[in-house]
Amino acid sequence: MPEQPHEPEGAIAGTGMGAAMDLGVSEAETLEGTAGGPGGTGPAGRPHSLWSDAWRDLRRNPVFIVSALVIVFLVFISLWPAAIASGSPLKCDLAKAQDGAGPGAPFGYDGQGCNVYTRTVYGARTSVTVGVLATLGVAVVGSVLGALAGYFGGVWDSVLSRITDIFFAIPVVLGGLVLLSVVTSNTVWPVIGFMVLLGWPQISRIARGSVITVKQNDYVQAARALGASDSRILLRHIAPNAVAPVIVVATIALGTYIALEATLSYLGVGLKPPSVSWGIDISAASPYVRNAPHALLWPSGALALTVLAFIMLGDAVRDALDPKLR
Amino acid sequence: MGRYVARRLLQMIPVFIGSTLLIFVMVNVMGDPIAGLCGERACDPATAAQLKREFGLDKPLWQQYATYMGNLFTGDFGTAFNGQKVTELMGSAFPVTIRLTIVAILFEIVIGVTLGVVTGLRRGRPIDTGVLLGTLVVISVPTFVTGLLLQLLLGIKWQWISPSVRYGSFDELIVPGLVLASVSLAYVTRLTRTSIAENKRSDYVRTAVAKGLPARRVVVRHLLRNSLIPVVTFIGADIGALMGGAIVTERIFNIHGVGFQLYQGILRQNTQTVVGFVTVLVLVFLVANLLVDLLYAVLDPRIRYA
Repeated sequence: MPEQPHEPEGAIAGTGMGAAMDLGVSEAETLEGTAGGPGGTGPAGRPHSLWSDAWRDLRRNPVFIVSALVIVFLVFISLWPAAIASGSPLKCDLAKAQDGAGPGAPFGYDGQGCNVYTRTVYGARTSVTVGVLATLGVAVVGSVLGALAGYFGGVWDSVLSRITDIFFAIPVVLGGLVLLSVVTSNTVWPVIGFMVLLGWPQISRIARGSVITVKQNDYVQAARALGASDSRILLRHIAPNAVAPVIVVATIALGTYIALEATLSYLGVGLKPPSVSWGIDISAASPYVRNAPHALLWPSGALALTVLAFIMLGDAVRDALDPKLR
Repeated sequence: MGRYVARRLLQMIPVFIGSTLLIFVMVNVMGDPIAGLCGERACDPATAAQLKREFGLDKPLWQQYATYMGNLFTGDFGTAFNGQKVTELMGSAFPVTIRLTIVAILFEIVIGVTLGVVTGLRRGRPIDTGVLLGTLVVISVPTFVTGLLLQLLLGIKWQWISPSVRYGSFDELIVPGLVLASVSLAYVTRLTRTSIAENKRSDYVRTAVAKGLPARRVVVRHLLRNSLIPVVTFIGADIGALMGGAIVTERIFNIHGVGFQLYQGILRQNTQTVVGFVTVLVLVFLVANLLVDLLYAVLDPRIRYA
């Protein structure tokens, strides 16, 4: 008897951050996938793990290849932005304000006369840093708490479920505005901290459900009968088999965290100038949009492409890891 | 059913208290509620102390929260620091946001469900792939980018709409409503598509086809009815999220609704406004979720609440 039958959908609607819904794009390769799975054997009689099957699927999925290439490129320019952009993103010349494309500035200049191309390239670092670190934090906190609740059950489980309910009832952007509006530090850390604070319930729900499913398997009972300790059962037997849904949701969430950072910066509470972030640039460009739409369009395009790449990656990973959804 | 509702209502209490307390603590502990009262410079200590006494801010936090909640249940949401009653602000803000939410929900139902049905019935065809890619793009582009782009194109370049909303009437809210709905709309499309594609293979559809019913009737009366159950629950749960998530949309189109008041309240550290509005939003969210769960039982007779 489902107590809250709509739970997964409600969770997403409640946070606006999640995207755990069916994002399935590719339905190809059905034959390949059914042969594998945990404990299954491939045509050669060799046992295939879920992971090697997934990797084989991923390598053939064009969606995965394209999004992975985009992400590799983004990581590269966030590590070495100077490799493709000359000059500093903070060097602006008011005389060139709102100018169109010129030599050394293929994207033109913004309202302050800053080079839009350089700022867009340097903006990738903020987005990638926030996305990756927030996702790592959320995944670690969420999966540890969720796994413990799912494994041990009882009072701790009920308490955790109520706590996640509380967090889901607070709209994310609103919580961000309230918490971050008083922060004066202009680094990525408060933004990341906020995302971990409000994001972990999403992962903990997934991890809890996944652990509860895996816990009932025979091999877990067998391990317990052999006298394995709780920590050994959790780490060696349950975790490897329960982690797939967490990875999928976390990858998609990475994209949404990048969008959230830009949204908060756009609202003026995330990063603030002189930090370089696409959200800041989009916000700064919006008053000049009549005369210099390029200053709005380039960072917006970069942001959309980045988020799209991570969501598509998550999508492809889900297709590969979850044979049921094919 | 009655017992289930009672249990759900009881469960709502800790969630309600927890989330309002969380916001209350965030607003009070993180910020200085009287900082906004002395203009740009800091208050001198004597004035600060007097103001704190006046607003009851010298009491311990739990006591402030208890007093606040006590007042709230007598309909007193307090007074904003500019002397305006919070209930007055709500009276002007909520109708606008409710209209905006209605427009957004209509978009979700009309466009989302239609696209979902079309793609679900033609799985794997070019139109299906195209719409799916489209939904991915819509999900990926943050709302504020969608909003700014539509404002730039429709409001400034082509001048079809006014770039900023003046009265908040329905016709002005069409484009902002579409922006607010965009991400959920993509989810509704995907959800409907999956649901339709799944149910299309079910026995009752085959029976309906075998009976010789016209395809239209099979789709509308048999397939759609059952496939829409998860969609209805999603849209219901989305109501609360849309109202709380309107901050960005309202800011872009200059709509003076709930999101606008909240944004102003937060930036000016207007505790009473922020906590009051958030409390109402949390209530809307919780009640919408409860109604959705009950609706689920009505739509799907297989589910019975003990």
